[in-house]
Amino acid sequence: MRYLPLSDADRSAMLATVGAGSIDELFRDVPESARLSGPIAGLPSHASELAVERHMTALSRKNTPAGEVPFFLGCGAYKHHIPASVDHLIQRGEYLTAYTPYQPEIAQGTLQVLFEFQSQVARLLGCEVANASMYDGSTACWEAIGMARRITRRTKAVISSGLHPHYVSVCKTMARFTGDTLDTALPELTAETDAERLIAAIDRETSAVVVQYPDILGRITDLQPIADAAHAAGALLIAVVTEPVALGAIRAPGEMGADIVVGEGQSIGVGLQFGGPYVGLFACREKHVRQMPGRIAGETVDAEGKRGFVLTLSTREQHIRREKATSNICTNSGLCALAFSIHMTLLGEKGLRSLAALNHARAVEVAERLAAIPGVRLVNDSFFNEFTLELPVEARPAVHAMVERGVLGGVSLGRLYPGVDSLKNGLVVAVTETVTDEDVNALEAALKEVVV
Amino acid sequence: MTINQSGWKPATPVAGPGDTGTTTGNRALMLEEPLIFEIGDSDTTGVDFSAPAQAGAQSSFDRAEEGTGPLPSQGHKLGTLARTAEIGLPGLTEPETVRHYTRLSRQNYAIDLGLFPLGSCTMKHNPRLNEKVARLPGFADIHPLQPRETVQGALEVINELAFWLIDLTGMHGVAMSPKAGAHGELCGLLCIRAALEARGDAREVVLVPESAHGTNPATAAFCGYRVESIPTNDAGRVDLEALQARLGPDVAAVMITNPNTCGLFEPDMKAISDAVHAAGGFVYCDGANFNAIVGKVRPGDLGIDAMHINLHKTFSTPHGGGGPGSGPVVLSKEISHFMPLPYVSRTADGIVHLIEEEQADEFSEEHFGGVMQSFGRMTAFHGQMGMFTRALAYILSHGADGLAQVAEDAVLNANYLLRSLEDVLDAPFAGSGPCMHEAIFSDAGFANGITTLDLAKALIDEGFHPMTMYFPLVVHGAMLVEPTETESKAALDQFIAALRSIAERARAGDENLKSAPVHAPRRRLDETLAARKPVIAYRTPAPDGADLPTPSPVGDR
Ligand SMILES: Cc1ncc(COP(=O)(O)O)c(C=O)c1O
Repeated sequence: MRYLPLSDADRSAMLATVGAGSIDELFRDVPESARLSGPIAGLPSHASELAVERHMTALSRKNTPAGEVPFFLGCGAYKHHIPASVDHLIQRGEYLTAYTPYQPEIAQGTLQVLFEFQSQVARLLGCEVANASMYDGSTACWEAIGMARRITRRTKAVISSGLHPHYVSVCKTMARFTGDTLDTALPELTAETDAERLIAAIDRETSAVVVQYPDILGRITDLQPIADAAHAAGALLIAVVTEPVALGAIRAPGEMGADIVVGEGQSIGVGLQFGGPYVGLFACREKHVRQMPGRIAGETVDAEGKRGFVLTLSTREQHIRREKATSNICTNSGLCALAFSIHMTLLGEKGLRSLAALNHARAVEVAERLAAIPGVRLVNDSFFNEFTLELPVEARPAVHAMVERGVLGGVSLGRLYPGVDSLKNGLVVAVTETVTDEDVNALEAALKEVVV
Repeated sequence: MTINQSGWKPATPVAGPGDTGTTTGNRALMLEEPLIFEIGDSDTTGVDFSAPAQAGAQSSFDRAEEGTGPLPSQGHKLGTLARTAEIGLPGLTEPETVRHYTRLSRQNYAIDLGLFPLGSCTMKHNPRLNEKVARLPGFADIHPLQPRETVQGALEVINELAFWLIDLTGMHGVAMSPKAGAHGELCGLLCIRAALEARGDAREVVLVPESAHGTNPATAAFCGYRVESIPTNDAGRVDLEALQARLGPDVAAVMITNPNTCGLFEPDMKAISDAVHAAGGFVYCDGANFNAIVGKVRPGDLGIDAMHINLHKTFSTPHGGGGPGSGPVVLSKEISHFMPLPYVSRTADGIVHLIEEEQADEFSEEHFGGVMQSFGRMTAFHGQMGMFTRALAYILSHGADGLAQVAEDAVLNANYLLRSLEDVLDAPFAGSGPCMHEAIFSDAGFANGITTLDLAKALIDEGFHPMTMYFPLVVHGAMLVEPTETESKAALDQFIAALRSIAERARAGDENLKSAPVHAPRRRLDETLAARKPVIAYRTPAPDGADLPTPSPVGDR
């Protein structure tokens, strides 16, 4: 077996050193009744690299990659171009095959990267500090609600109707067990967000208001009035960003008073990968850092006075605090954080702003063209690279009909909000820098055909 | 604009006597590297955007390209929220970027460089075939919300991996969406809690052995349970009598790690399970150590109700310097039907279905006689697809024979280390028989105040990653050594020689150990200072460096 270096001669010599007559003797603590007598049933025996690659390639061919068709899906995961050097660098064995940096003297590479990542994330989200990553945006979101509960000692979270419905589901699952109550609502196909409802719902029991920015329909809302209302009642504002590229074009949530800003970092450096692994972003005010979940890298010096980095503030974490920890998270999304950080370094301020401008300009153009199709209405007044159309027909079958025409034309609200009549004609269309003029022509033509 | 306007950088002081300083602070292949904030600026980028194809393109594009006007001043749809303030993100060109991250990478130890015997973490070789298949466009470039007819191959991967995980564990079902081991623990406990609620049985307590990993009690507390600890006996096993005495109508679950964190199999596992079940509770097994028994023992034969599998341990997906992982949870018949949404299921017609909230009830009626009652969603999408492809390639590469060989070689390697070192390092449980895939030692016998930490740091100088230190908590100064099956005998022999000599020095009280490492990119780092005055994001320093950390007088330097 190509991955196992011991030879039979090695095994015999080692058994002799150990003083065991056979390998079975080493398994003697396992009761006989629980030991399998031969190879496990069902699974074939080992296979060559060639055979496995063939099998996996055949499976991969049954999927339609985003890069091979006109592609307009968003709603929490976005197709962006990732520079070739990102994937090259994250495959360096020193990053790929290292563990969590528990021994800082021989993990300065990972630790400095995490420190840089935290700094980039904090700046991008407009916060003072950030952690070294969470699993993804949705789990970061419910961790933020838990953190707000600990800080305010209150248990009611007011959730915007514009929060991704899968994120809402995750929060609902957790709330059932943590004792939080969630005030939720369904979105409406209007240009206005539900800022007014949120402000009205804040009371003295409220731990936090949770607002996605831009929201699930692509709308952008001013967070400042919501932050002011929350703060006046002693509650926090949690902002959720699922498309971080947007922050190259619009103000950061932290600038508008958000206390905790979480996000899905996939857009920057991490491929679509059918939903994971992604990278959860988590940033907050410095004064709340001891309530933050997850690992944190911090600056220090070594015994010779040289600057170096270590994992720090670990008295928040499970390996020290056990049942009193701020979270149970251990393994996070380290390598995806590295990819995010490399891509962000390549972009820099200038590149991020250009990328954001390009996305926005492209989206504005496409929105205008699609809204000109008879019967199709653009719901949004404001958007970044994603907007919602109201079709004259149900969007879900329209999406499938577009697949038949070779176009992945968007995410139907019927998929995200099954059974909700008022939303069934909604189609969310994301337009990034990867979209070509031919793609837009194809989408326009396909949509024209399927809405009649 | 320059971000580090003062241009200040920390000095790299010359080390102690005998060390000839260099002008750059570099020492041949040991290269220093500043922060991106110190070398990058906000006007530099390593990404070019191509000009739009059509002639007479909109000016917004042009200006965006040129970087002169980041946003079209008119016609944008950003309302009043267009960004004006600078973000403060440094950029580098591509060659500078490649060099920055390559130089930094060289300050990391990794499995690709040598033995990484971090107990409980299963740092085995990461096959590169797996990296290759995960990057096939049909897996890497598909969107989680693509219509199902365009992702049948991805759903098949999930279904096929699920099938083999069930086969290998002898369990009834598997939840694939958890994102790592700790997330899997959460999934398992939520299934248990849902099962208890379904029978109207409110129980409050989860029992966790003292030797358990920190995620176990943290997870139980997160699910709203009170955590009580159960003692470990002198043989390094769960104290069966103490456990049985504590069982009762308030105990929802017992969380057992098997093989346990002392590297020992719990021989009474079936008896424990039977006792817990008799008292109306459920058994959660932490499967972090599945590598020792994969292909040899099926947890389903031990009465377990839920067990997470760290694909990033047993099934070799790379740990990436902290993640990502993947933590599928295998489940017993009693609780499988509470597994989270979405889940994947193949029907008789060969079609693989992705079951989300929408189809859940109908699908359950049609195919499961209505029993499926998922407790809800744990994450936005379907789990760690990128890890599933790697793990599936790993399982198929090894096959049934190869996986059993994995467990055997992992256990043989660990016992070889144990028996080669027990005369110089105290092995508290060695007397009670062989270990499984990891060997545990204590600091008993070290002289002159030498600690486990000192020994670990000395291993760094010998070119090895240290073992897991101070875990589990039940062994004083614990050193948990897990070589894994992907080490050759020659590599083990070299490691043994190094560790023997350090252990002998520790017993002799060699003071020099206290200042190890001396050959690493950094000497010991001041963790007290880092926690006392946290600097966790870059701040432009004052020109004289006045606001920089000064070393703490005390601490673990
Ligand atoms: C025994 C044990 N349990 C649980 C975990 C948690 O797993 P993860 O880090 O994948 O969340 C680990 C690994 O760190 C472990 O060693």
